[in-house]
Amino acid sequence: MAKIIGGIGTSHIPTVGKVIDNDEMHGEYWEPFVKGIQPARDWMKKNKPDVCIVVYNDHGSNFSLKDIIPFGIGMGEKFLPADEGYGRRNVPTCEGYPTLSAHIAESLILDEFDIVMSNELDVDHGLTVPLSIMYDQPTEWPCKVIPVYVGVVQYPQPRGNRCYNLGKAIRKAVDSFPEDINVAILGTGGLSHQLQGQRAGLINQDYDKKWLDGLVNTPEITKDISHTELLREAGSEGIEAIMWLVMRGAMNQEVEEVYRFMHTPVSNTNYSLTILENKEK
Amino acid sequence: MKDYNDIPGTYVFDITMSQKGYGLNKFCETLNREEGREQFLNNEDEYLKTFGMSEEQQEAVKKRDINKMLELGGNIYYVFKIAAVLGHSMQAVGAMMSEEGMTEKEFQQMMINGGRPIEGNRSKKENNNG
Repeated sequence: MAKIIGGIGTSHIPTVGKVIDNDEMHGEYWEPFVKGIQPARDWMKKNKPDVCIVVYNDHGSNFSLKDIIPFGIGMGEKFLPADEGYGRRNVPTCEGYPTLSAHIAESLILDEFDIVMSNELDVDHGLTVPLSIMYDQPTEWPCKVIPVYVGVVQYPQPRGNRCYNLGKAIRKAVDSFPEDINVAILGTGGLSHQLQGQRAGLINQDYDKKWLDGLVNTPEITKDISHTELLREAGSEGIEAIMWLVMRGAMNQEVEEVYRFMHTPVSNTNYSLTILENKEK
Repeated sequence: MKDYNDIPGTYVFDITMSQKGYGLNKFCETLNREEGREQFLNNEDEYLKTFGMSEEQQEAVKKRDINKMLELGGNIYYVFKIAAVLGHSMQAVGAMMSEEGMTEKEFQQMMINGGRPIEGNRSKKENNNG
């Protein structure tokens, strides 16, 4: 049977993609970041997930505001890097896993998560930057990818509790998939950052640390934090943290945080990374 | 007043704003494609008229006034595409939106120093009482 072997939370800063693509990730500014993400790359090499389910948000790249979608899943055999306004990233096309996507979508709908299914989907930095962080610059991604997207652009975003329960439903679906494969789930975006308005550049490291401690140890409390608190404390774009709750919901109640790294600044963000493994029941 | 409207220097992109900014964001979305970028760069005034944007929204785009676009229903992820097409980084945009009239270099330095602090930036109400 399929098995979830780990949950990863990581920011998905576009600048990171650009700097990796241009081979510019060196010098004083980037050194702590390069060092800080290496254990995640080592974890991927050691654990070799066959599939990564990447929970991310689209930034007006594949989707527009014509139809505003709370939750969706990519169904296809491949997902191209999206043109977000400055050309497609020069990274490998993601290979999908249509039978697993179909299994998850069916299971979710029967579980009352009426998820949108995208048969054509270009994936933007929200998905491709986490892959670059985890795998650097391979000629092809070493895992298959299932994109799960969350509508984070417009307020009110899905509630944290709903995201957490979506994670639980994804877990149930993966656990019942009859192939012997290892699956990692990535929650992406956040943590504190604000890109817009006169408050642009906001960082709240204390809040991020407290929030992440809660996500790891007491997710049943963290999932109920209000959107207004997140917008206020973690910045208007910090609300992307709700996607980490999907990842957390897919993990056991009890997890071990095997690695954490937080660093300010990476572009406008308090870059944050966590790796969680399930504690055996 | 909605509770999130108490957050200073922040335009929460809620459903009302999304309705108001629909044409503006629709224009920005076309910048995902080469033909949209070409139209914007070579034929801006005429191109902006084709999305049902208000005069005020078109004016804000022409003036590259990002805060004004946000105020008129622009969403930062969409509006940023305008800046990207014009070759500005997110930090340059951050500086443009800051009320201190910051330069990009100063904005970058603020980030290196730990970012804009939450103290004093949490709540309009708190700031007025403090």
